[in-house]
Amino acid sequence: MSNNEHDVTRRQFLNYTLTGVGGFMAAGMLMPMLRFAVDPLLQNKTSGKMVAVTNVSQLTNEPQRFTFKVKKVDGWHTFEEQKIAYIYKKENGEILALSPICTHLGCTVSWNDPAFPNEFHCPCHGGRYTKSGINIPGTPPPEPLHVYDQKVKGGTVYLGEDHPRGGS
Amino acid sequence: MLAKLYDWIDERLDITPMWRDLADHEVPEHVNPAYHFSAFVYCFGGLTFFTIVIQILSGMFLVMYYVPDIDRAWDSVFYLQNKVAYGQIVRGMHHWGASVTIVMVFLHTLRVFFTGAYKKPRELNWIVGVLLFFVILGLGFTGYLLPWDMKALFATKVGLQIAASVPFIGGWIQTLLQGSDVVGAQTLARFFAIHVFFLPAVLLGLLAAHFIMIRRQGISGPL
Repeated sequence: MSNNEHDVTRRQFLNYTLTGVGGFMAAGMLMPMLRFAVDPLLQNKTSGKMVAVTNVSQLTNEPQRFTFKVKKVDGWHTFEEQKIAYIYKKENGEILALSPICTHLGCTVSWNDPAFPNEFHCPCHGGRYTKSGINIPGTPPPEPLHVYDQKVKGGTVYLGEDHPRGGS
Repeated sequence: MLAKLYDWIDERLDITPMWRDLADHEVPEHVNPAYHFSAFVYCFGGLTFFTIVIQILSGMFLVMYYVPDIDRAWDSVFYLQNKVAYGQIVRGMHHWGASVTIVMVFLHTLRVFFTGAYKKPRELNWIVGVLLFFVILGLGFTGYLLPWDMKALFATKVGLQIAASVPFIGGWIQTLLQGSDVVGAQTLARFFAIHVFFLPAVLLGLLAAHFIMIRRQGISGPL
């Protein structure tokens, strides 16, 4: 039975097998290195612990600036990152902890700037937010200030990660 | 698809002769283990090159995590070996590959010596080969310090004292290599630079010369 159309020459056969075997060996060599290199992409995100920031009794209806330190592990380097939160009690008694990182380009906003009373104002490009952190239309920020996870335990306010709130 | 892409490039740049020149040179019978099994001794040069490729690749990946600083070098090595996926394997390849390279170089040298392949007209290639041997030893010496553990430190101290024993200029050599009057921060930075930039550059240049010469002159004849 002739099978000429599907015949593989000796040369082709050797080409395919040697390329295959060679490719397999090269992959065996390169795969660990590539996995090694992309490791940061596949590391589990460690959600930081909540950190005690202040006492509930300190809070008022006016946003106040608090700084707190979060322990960070960056590979072989461990350090404390300083973070800032503006915290106040809403009318209904709920606690709101805002991150002062401007959602426009990441400058730090401040509360109650003499020129912009009762607002958060960003000095870089004039971004403005209301007291509850909602960006004021017509200013650069595309979304509200991020909000910290927070809990109150034994009269102490603990803060965690900050998250976007969505909306605009 | 790939064939079309190849044709497109080949039509413009005529690349076929370039790789044909590499791929299509005949392997003489006396160096082909398929004819005489003992001809496997002719593989050591190629194996040396293969291990060097592994060293360069694994080294490139290791520097992604390594820092050449006395405070952090050991921690970064510990981190990349124990906390990064496959770190033990990638570092293992570089660590063991270093020794294997030296062994392969040695076996290749023995083969060239005992087959008399260094004789006229290939003396220049022998000289380049000896320079390559020194460069590879240099890579081994400078790389040994980088993990910055006790073994690395004291091995380097010994090595530098040997360098210092050279008559007349020994002291200068030692200071030049050490970069300071102690084996410390500046030594580590210096050895790192030598290990990942200077010596590999020299190595690649010499390898090119080694290969161009062997293509020009061909493999030496049978015994």
